[in-house]
Formats: sequence, structure tokens, C-alpha cells
Amino acid sequence: MVFEKDLNLDATELRLGLPGSSKESLRISNKRALPDMNDDSGVAAAKKCDQETAPPTKAQVVGWPPIRSYRKNSLQTKKTEAETSGMYVKVSMDGAPYLRKIDLKVYKGYPELFKALEDMFKFKVGKYSEREGYNGSEFVPTYEDKDGDWMLAGDVPWEMFINACKRLRIVRGSEARGLGCVV
Amino acid sequence: MNYFPDEVLEHVFDFITSHKDRNSVSLVCKSWYKIERCSRQRVFIGNCYSISPERLIARFPGLKSLTLKGKPHFADFNLVPHDWGGFVYPWIKALAKSRIGLEELRLKRMVVSDESLELLSKSFVNFKSLVLVSCEGFTTDGLAAIAANCRFLRELDLQENEVDDHRGHWLSCFPESCTSLISLNFACLRGEVNLGALERLVSRSPNLKSLRLNRAVPLDTLQKLLMRAPQLVDLGIGSYVHDPFSEVYNKLKIAIQRCKSIRSLSGFLEVAPHCMSAIYPICGNLTFLNLSYAPGLHGNKLMKLIQHCRKLQRLWILDCIGDKGLGVVALTCKELQELRVFPSDPFGAGNAAVTEEGLVLVSAGCPKLNSLLYFCQQMTNAALITVAKNCPNFIRFRLCILDPIKPDPVTNQPLDEGFGAIVQSCKGLKRLSLSGLLTDQVFLYIGMYAEQLEMLSIAFAADSDKGMLYVLNGCKKLRKLEIRDCPFGDAALLEDVGKYETMRSLWMSSCEVTLGGCKSVAEKMPSLNVEIIDECEQMEFNLVDKQKVDKMYLYRTLVGHRKDAPEYVLIL
Repeated sequence: MVFEKDLNLDATELRLGLPGSSKESLRISNKRALPDMNDDSGVAAAKKCDQETAPPTKAQVVGWPPIRSYRKNSLQTKKTEAETSGMYVKVSMDGAPYLRKIDLKVYKGYPELFKALEDMFKFKVGKYSEREGYNGSEFVPTYEDKDGDWMLAGDVPWEMFINACKRLRIVRGSEARGLGCVV
Repeated sequence: MNYFPDEVLEHVFDFITSHKDRNSVSLVCKSWYKIERCSRQRVFIGNCYSISPERLIARFPGLKSLTLKGKPHFADFNLVPHDWGGFVYPWIKALAKSRIGLEELRLKRMVVSDESLELLSKSFVNFKSLVLVSCEGFTTDGLAAIAANCRFLRELDLQENEVDDHRGHWLSCFPESCTSLISLNFACLRGEVNLGALERLVSRSPNLKSLRLNRAVPLDTLQKLLMRAPQLVDLGIGSYVHDPFSEVYNKLKIAIQRCKSIRSLSGFLEVAPHCMSAIYPICGNLTFLNLSYAPGLHGNKLMKLIQHCRKLQRLWILDCIGDKGLGVVALTCKELQELRVFPSDPFGAGNAAVTEEGLVLVSAGCPKLNSLLYFCQQMTNAALITVAKNCPNFIRFRLCILDPIKPDPVTNQPLDEGFGAIVQSCKGLKRLSLSGLLTDQVFLYIGMYAEQLEMLSIAFAADSDKGMLYVLNGCKKLRKLEIRDCPFGDAALLEDVGKYETMRSLWMSSCEVTLGGCKSVAEKMPSLNVEIIDECEQMEFNLVDKQKVDKMYLYRTLVGHRKDAPEYVLIL
């Protein structure tokens, strides 16, 4: 032991256990008695190990969990993309001098989106009903989908909508006839 | 032995296709060796450093198909530094210089440069098939060379490679005259592809059976491709995002319905879960489904999809399927043989993970299960014992508990008994990966019962050298042993050095073996290369025998020390 101290092998010593665990606890787990016929000692030993070995900071252990780098990188990319990339679409309103851009990912659903549009363009959306579209307002929210068709916003589930929507257009009521509004 | 003329023997040997059998045939007598070597067309080399290209060429002049593996398995998990080795260029160079009419090259975990690919593409007139798995070092420029120069190319299969995507026009490099493609897999490429070129290529490839697209291929292109290739057997979808009420989606539904031969489906690299109903018509015929790159698909949509797949034999999935989803698998997929459950959030809170419950359900519902890779939150001995009873046919059993030293959460015991039950019950077990809290006891069981075991992966386990000794003494058929973070030292390493000559390789990292111990192995066994890998280059400054070794990789070889090792690798 003296020899080892002189050479300061502590710094390079390999240990059983994971980084972030304390030295003491690792010593204990390393030299824990082999589980013998006596069940008690086995359980005690296992429990001791469980308590005293600090829980591993998973991210720090190189190569664990054992997933191929390619797969890990793929997941990482997807997560980052999901978190950071925005879904920006142009929003135009009839009569407004310029267009705006909004990030659809920011909103949890139609109510939040419409509220944001209402604030942005100073209008009211009106009440939605499946049969009649939007009632009680001069303005109707519409969007262009991936096929290039102009659709009434609010018919399809939100997830479906944000994937399909290429741009938004708030049309005047008079033009909105035929988009689900009762003539 | 020579009752027949050589040609007759050669004809008989034609029926012997397995590498093991052909190797055995060549050992019978000199004349069989000669006939066998001249007629052998397919050679498998599990460790590219065990033999040299020159010797390969000298022995097998009729070589047409070569499979090479480079880096050790743990390289997959970043435990082997870059540029450790595994370069394919010297092989291609030597083969190109020779008269070998190479037609097929399959590489795994090797470093492949664009230069190698270009040389390959220009050197073999009849080159037909290139399969690269977990390789690196090349760009799409190399692929362009293959596309442009291999006039009779049938197969270009890229699986999980790290490719530098120059967003070039490699797909456009396939000449108009190239109509021989049977298999094209570029799912791992991250860049844009020329969609028009892709469509034209598929149109003029009537024999195309396997097509795996990358993420850059959108749904409308997919629809067009399927219309032109309804004969596909294996499909990998790139991007699958669309509005289900759109025209394109309707067209896609029609196109998919025409593809009555699809048996294997993968990809969904980008997915809108509400569009999955278009896939249902082909689900009933699927034997292989790989959704392990589709984290967007989970919950009810995923379960509904699986419920349509009654003939599934192999399923690769993410753990967001949950135990409940695995229950659906157990009820639906009665023909299931292989299950792989990957972690969707490896470092996360563990909400998405599966537990022992899912595994037990599958084992009960799928009696044909013989191959498992299972990343889970926790495991119990009771569950493993049940699984062992339900499925005695396991050939591959790889369990990865995300917390590597977690005991049985119910009893707080190590998982020795559970894994012991697996090895005792599954008499045909060839591959085993352990995890969780484990003592020497599990290795006693493995040594005692795992008679057919060929590959064993151990991490953060055991109490003493005894563990390793049980395995080395007991597992007579052991070929690959890889160990990390276990208290195995020189006593275990040196007990029976002759054993290593019967194995392909041994990897030990973060264990207790010392430089002195490794030197001893190298001295006693000149037929082994004993490599010490030390990125910190401490070996340079501290060549003390008592020093513990960070990473040791030893393997049998016929050609001595390799000449291409980097500075931080010391070959003893």
C-alpha cells in the first residue's frame, strides 16, 4: 500500500463503479463479501451496495447504455429538432399592408392561435361550428395546405393542421362564403 | 479418400455453403484442402487483422465474395478511439492488383475512404454488391464513384454508417444503362437527394426488390416510387408526414395497396402518426417491422398498427411502446422470433421505458421467440425465471438495464438467479449480454450451463477473478468475450492463456489487469496480438508492469503485429 501511495496511483486507479460515486462507497462494493449460503448476509450486502454506491450520473458513463453512436446521434438530432425548430408560416390579412410570420409550434391549439392572431391583427374570429364555420365575425381564418387548397382553419385536429398548414390567410367575411359558411 | 475425380468432389462441395462446414472440409486431407480452396467463392473474415489480404488471395483464387469485420464490438459505444484501425484500403488495393474477380464486399465497423470506394469501383468489372454496416470515413463522393463505375451493380446497402453528406448528385451518377439494381438502401444519409434522379433510377430497375429511403425523400416522391415499383419486397420509408385529407395521401393509399409483395417495412424517419392507416393493407403480410427510428409513433396509433401485423417474425421498436404495447404484441404476433426494444430516451427520466412486465408478456404470448435485445428500466429474477420457462429457444439474449448495477427492485437481490435460469433453460444460447447487479454466482451458472455460448458481453459485474475463470473454464465454444468495468485481474487473465487461441478476441477495459499481466500473455502466446489502448498516453511515461491497463484488446492472428496502429496503441 505504501508503494502505491508513493507513486500516486490514486489519480489513475481503476475502480469498479461509475464516475460520480464516492471513493469510500466503491471500496466497499469492491470488497463486499461473496454472498454465501446465509441469505441474510447476501441481502445485506446487496442493500449496502445499493445504499452506498451513489446513483450513477448516466450521462457521464462512457459507452452506457450500449447503443450504437449512429442511433444515439439520430435520437439526439430528432430531439433537438423537435425542440428548437420552429414552424414558421406567413400570415396575411385582407387589407393589411404587410404580412406577418408566426411559429405554429408555439401554440398548443386553435384557441391560442386565434387569440394570437386576434391580437396581432386586431379583429375577432367569431364562433366556430362544424356546420356553419365561423359565425359572428367579418373575418375567417383560412390556410393553404400542402396540396395548395385553401381550407377553413379549425376543422381538423391541431396536430394534423400544423403539419399541413403552409400559410395562413385571414379573409373577409364576404369572401369567406363558400368556405363552410352558411350563405 | 479419392474415390472420385476432383471435379466431382468440387461439385459436391458446391452444396456446402456454410463457412464452418467449408472450413471443416478443408481440414480433411490435402487434396480436399486443395479442391476446396480453389472452388471457394465466399470467405468470411471476422477480424481483419487475423489474416493478410495477400494470404487470402493466395489461398482462394476463386474468391468472389468477401466479408470483413474491423473494429471490436465495443467500438459501437465509443470505447475505441477513432483511427484505431480497421482500414479497408489495403484490402481493396491488394485485391485490385490480383486477378481476383471480386463481386461482393461486405464490411462491418471498418474505415472506408472515398479513395477505397473509387478504387473498388474501377477495379472489378463484375462488381455487384456493396454492403457497409457501421462504417465511417467516406462521403457521398465515394458513393458517386460506385454508382458511376459499377456497371452491373445489384446491391448498394448502407446500414447505420456515418457518412459525410456532400449533398452531391451521387444518385444521378447511376448511368441510364444501369438497370440491374435489386437493392438500394441509403436511409442513413442525412442530406438531400436528387428526387428526379431517384424516380428515374427506380423506373428503370425492374428487379428492384429492396428500397430504403432517407429522411429527405418526402411522401409525394414515395408515392411515385411505389407506383413504379409495386414488386418491392422490402421498403424503408423516409419522411411520412402529410395531411391525410390531401390528394397525395389518397394516391399513396392506392400505391401501397398495389405493393402486395412487401414483407419488410422500416424507416418512418419522420412520421405523422395520423397517417398510418394507409399502411394497414400491407401489415398483414409483414414479417419484419422496424420502427426503431420513429419516436413520433407511439401510444394508440402504434398499437393499432401492430394489431394488423399478425405474421410478424421480427420487430424492432422503441421503448415508448411501453409494457402495455408489448402486451398487444404478445396478443397479436404469434409468429414472433426476434424482438428488439431500443431506448427512446437513453439519458432521460425513464418515463418512456419498458419494464420486466412487458418482457414477461411477450414471452408468454410468443413461444417462438429466440432472439432478444431489450433495453429496460428494471428487471426482476422472477421475471427472468418466467421468461426462461416460457421461451427455452433463445439463441440470442441481450438485456440492458439502463442503470447498469440495478438489483432486482422487488427483492433487492442481484440478478444472478434470473440469468442463471436463462442459461440453464436455453440450451442453444449462443449470445448473451448481461446487466444489472451481478455477482460471481451468475458466472458460475454461465460456465456450468451455457455450453453453446459463443459471445458474452459483461459490464459492471462480478466480485472477483472467479467470475471470469468460471466463464473461461466452462464455455467451451466461447469465441468473443468483451468485458468492461469488472474486477477481473491478472490471475484470471493468465489462468489459461491457451484458451485465447481458440477464441476470436478478448476485450477488457476498466478492469484490474496490469501491463505486466498483458505482457505475460503476449510472451506466452506469440499467436496473439495483445493491444494496449491508452489515449491518455500514460503508457508512454509510466511503463511500470504494476500499472493497470485502461483498455486491452487481444486477438488471435496468423500475421503478427499490424503495422497501421496509431501512436496510442501499444502492441506487446
